[in-house]
Amino acid sequence: MNAEVIIVGGGIIGCSAAYNLAKNGVSVIVLEGSNHIGNGGSTRNGGGIRQSGRDPRELPLIMYAIKNIWENLSDMLDTDVEYHQQGNLRLGSTERHKKILDGLTERAIKCGLDVKMIDGYEARQINPYLSEKVTCASWCPTDGHANPLTTTMGYYKMARRLGAHFISDEKVIEIRKIKGVARQVITESGNIYEGDKIILAAGYESRFIASTVGIDVPMQPVLLETIVTEAVAPMFWQMLGTADADFYGHQTNHGSFVFGANSGYEPYAKPGAPLSSSVATSAACRGIMHYFPSLSDIKVVRSWAGWMDSCADHVPVISTVDEVPGMILACGFSGHGFGIAPSVGLLLSQMATEQETVLDLSAFRYNRF
Amino acid sequence: MNDRNRNIGEYVSAPDDDMIVCRCEEITKGDIRRAVHDGMFTLTEIRRYLRTGMGLCQGQTCTKLVKSIVARELGVKPNELEPATGRAPMRPIEMRILAQDKEETK
Repeated sequence: MNAEVIIVGGGIIGCSAAYNLAKNGVSVIVLEGSNHIGNGGSTRNGGGIRQSGRDPRELPLIMYAIKNIWENLSDMLDTDVEYHQQGNLRLGSTERHKKILDGLTERAIKCGLDVKMIDGYEARQINPYLSEKVTCASWCPTDGHANPLTTTMGYYKMARRLGAHFISDEKVIEIRKIKGVARQVITESGNIYEGDKIILAAGYESRFIASTVGIDVPMQPVLLETIVTEAVAPMFWQMLGTADADFYGHQTNHGSFVFGANSGYEPYAKPGAPLSSSVATSAACRGIMHYFPSLSDIKVVRSWAGWMDSCADHVPVISTVDEVPGMILACGFSGHGFGIAPSVGLLLSQMATEQETVLDLSAFRYNRF
Repeated sequence: MNDRNRNIGEYVSAPDDDMIVCRCEEITKGDIRRAVHDGMFTLTEIRRYLRTGMGLCQGQTCTKLVKSIVARELGVKPNELEPATGRAPMRPIEMRILAQDKEETK
């Protein structure tokens, strides 16, 4: 089967790239290795659309997405992505926390971000449910959150409506060059797909696929765990995080709270299918109750886990490859690819059609390591 | 391989489309049928898109119904569809209880 662009990976990055290409009349085939669209970090994250706390190299990507795309995304995708832009509070309760937050804030201000340090009293003015233990916080009023599940499925739905051809259960095992140019994608089932450009957006699995054309991206799979509570009456709409990153999350339109959980054991998780550990939910509940005692009686309904593709320097690779013309890498999103996915999809569509990209991507080159 | 472009026919509205199937999340039969026609071909995708079976009962009442609706829409047998994964803690548990995993019970 042929198309102008073959996308390997049906996560939010692949779906967003497919949407942007299909919208401009480019023929696209998206190959997803698992049975389900959005099966990696795309549907297994806390839903943050954050600028604060982000690596300065990623800031232009997220600022562009917030200024130009997120606001209109529900209309663009004919899907309620539940976007809220009501700020991000990153909380601290000790002197050590304050040092961490001061550093993050200072670096973000240098990049032109509207973020500031506030004290416990000011934080409680913004969110009255915070406990007295909160002594400091960073506050970024233009941050927010959305629903990663409906956003991912929305990109898929609209890309498909616009003519992108999705095939799941079709695991890519090799990229093959013809006359020095990456053109063919070979799958486990023996099928061959051919395109002028190949976008490799298969999360950690990208590492194995890229290695078939002699390219390596230094990344590791790291477990990511998420919990969701029962629905309660609306309390607040800010995105929350902590200096120690022991939990992060928000309340959804539905009324439930979604929290990402960190127990510290994530890098040592059992390989294979991602499983919720028995310790992370409990650890997250302790962290949440420390800052939000009024949530103590709310019931946790589900927990789930996923793999993120943690890159050596914790920012993604979004790059063409000198040695492999025709291949475009989009992997190593390190657990913060959700918020930037709308701009990354746009940029990938520009790279695949050899247009000038709206943002400079030199910080994300594959050969920086 | 699961080709998402394969022809499953057009969505045709049915008289019972407004019947609630997932009671916890108030998802109707029509919501589920339309989702299939929008490309949600697996029970996991239906769940991600609509929240079916993600409420307080965790799909104990609606899982079978959702499965049969999706199967009929796709023209396959219900047992050909892979079930969506069950998730801990299975029954809703208060945060203050879950937080005590380190403490001895008295």
